[in-house]
Amino acid sequence: MRRHDVLTRTGVPAPADLKGIMPSADLMARRRVAIVECFQEIPCDPCADACPFGAIRPFQDINDIPEVLPDECVGCALCVAKCPGLAIFLVDLSYAVGTALVAIPYEFLPVPDPGETVAALDREGAWVADVRIAMVQDAQSQDRTRVLWLEVPKDLAMTVRNVRAGA
Amino acid sequence: MSAPGARADGGALRTAQVVIVGAGPAGLSAALSAASLGAQVVLIDRESRPGGQLIKQTHMFFGSRAQYAGTRGIDIARILYDQVLGAAGVEFLLDATVLGRYSDSVVTVEQADRCLKLKPERLIIATGASEKVLPFPNNDLPGIYGAGAVQTLMNVHGVRPGRRVLMVGAGNIGLIVSYQLLQAGVDVVGIVEAAPTIGGYLVHAAKIRRSGVPILTSHTIKEAYGKAALEGAVVWRLDERWQPIPGTERDISADVVCVAVGLSPLAELLFQAGCEMRYVAELGGHVPVRDDDLQTTVPGIYVAGDCSGIEEASSAMVEGTLAGASAAASLALGGRQTAAVQERARRELYELRCGPAGQKTRDGLCRLAG
Amino acid sequence: MRITDHPILTFGHGRKVRFTFDGRELEGMEGEVIAAALHAAGVRVLSHSHSLHRPRGFYCAIGNCSSCLMLVDGEPNVRVCVEKLSAGMRVETQSGKGRLRMQADRETGKPS
Repeated sequence: MRRHDVLTRTGVPAPADLKGIMPSADLMARRRVAIVECFQEIPCDPCADACPFGAIRPFQDINDIPEVLPDECVGCALCVAKCPGLAIFLVDLSYAVGTALVAIPYEFLPVPDPGETVAALDREGAWVADVRIAMVQDAQSQDRTRVLWLEVPKDLAMTVRNVRAGA
Repeated sequence: MSAPGARADGGALRTAQVVIVGAGPAGLSAALSAASLGAQVVLIDRESRPGGQLIKQTHMFFGSRAQYAGTRGIDIARILYDQVLGAAGVEFLLDATVLGRYSDSVVTVEQADRCLKLKPERLIIATGASEKVLPFPNNDLPGIYGAGAVQTLMNVHGVRPGRRVLMVGAGNIGLIVSYQLLQAGVDVVGIVEAAPTIGGYLVHAAKIRRSGVPILTSHTIKEAYGKAALEGAVVWRLDERWQPIPGTERDISADVVCVAVGLSPLAELLFQAGCEMRYVAELGGHVPVRDDDLQTTVPGIYVAGDCSGIEEASSAMVEGTLAGASAAASLALGGRQTAAVQERARRELYELRCGPAGQKTRDGLCRLAG
Repeated sequence: MRITDHPILTFGHGRKVRFTFDGRELEGMEGEVIAAALHAAGVRVLSHSHSLHRPRGFYCAIGNCSSCLMLVDGEPNVRVCVEKLSAGMRVETQSGKGRLRMQADRETGKPS
């Protein structure tokens, strides 16, 4: 673990931290990818188990930092709901011209409805845009961790990580 | 409450094979482990609802599948409880407080108006931990609560602790309880952490940061104020030597200060029973000296969970499994299966502790053994 | 102060019951701990420290710290953070250390 850098001081990753876990720009432009914003070796491995497509490399050691195999990822978001740290997001830059699809885990009330517009927040909780909810996944198997699919401006796909719904 | 003039004698002395004190994750796991290997178990808890601190944990647990990773703490409590209910040979004593363990191995228990006496062949102490207190002026004001208290109020009783919370401590508990406060619709104005870095898992910190909760590292609470109850607090910054910097005071209006500065093992029963105890800061306070089987220096008394050293629920479950199997082994129960259970538990503990997050525990255990 | 909707939890409460706090009639849920019922009713001060009479509330909420001791149905030193509420309970702030009923009876010469 790095000492005293911005991530361990503030809980917000620096651009360099994010760069280290993102697949190539080329790949991100082509397909939906899971981005695992997990930067710390902690004893935790349910993400690898959660993926039925083998898109998260099986752990050698319980403290391994998860590695996504982007060619196997179909973008189902099962891992998004299963990560105990709520640290996995799906980003689809190929969704539409100028618009990306971002899936985030969500455990607050009210749960917004598809079609609703909500305030989108960055990793510091600051408002960055108002976005439309494309879809809400709330299956029994997700055990109350809902997954919200947001239509966000493409340049905000790696910024939007939360929403504020309701009044 | 005892009725006046209640009978002190609850009846004759009862023998038992394995008595377990505490039905949190460690105690429940010990009961399952011992019973599945053929022991007759009496599992005692002072609460009316077993599960220890698990019953307040609304978040998904970490660890591995064997420790129910991905399952919410509240559900793990129910799963373990259902398993224990389904296991042959486990008797539950709830709303029952163990008062002491005496040199003739007798354990006294207060339940309702009665004082029961048990004489177990083996005793497993899994009494967990309690909140540490942080000294600062007016820290006794109503509205200043331990983190566990806030969790209990919110997640067990369904009552919000207040409207605006200042959290002290950015370890896992401080970060998790802050998130739970947000889920309960309570405003968390910020977290102050005396250390220069966040002590808890960074993913827990990320969750609350993206909800706009600031984390002020190298900050601590200078004082709280309020007349009949808390009205606010003053925080200030610490320098590299952890000394407060005058002039950096910031006033924070809050009706709750949540103190999450760590836990200490609930060690009274271990002390009273005569187990050799050592103070190990890395393990949270006074912990019992014990061997690889988790047996203390008093033959027949085992220990598991946070009262053996502050750690995680995942390790509490595994320690419970180990202690239960060790107790069974010492009673010559379960044959080869018992040794296999012990081996697997030791391996799981090693895996849980071998990474950077386990450094503190490893250091503490080294110091204890040294 | 009571939580009605929660993203993860559903709260199952007992029936509403009435109880008194220092003579005031309050409502709570049967079976919940007295401290929770008081807290939901806005009561924060549960006692006062013995020498300096500083206001005290609960701290640990699980029966470890002795910050919440009150008189319940005349019984002193009741940890209201673990004691369950029942209909008609008489909850009072305790002044000082409280006297056990046996002590009081002995002093008045009442047979125990």
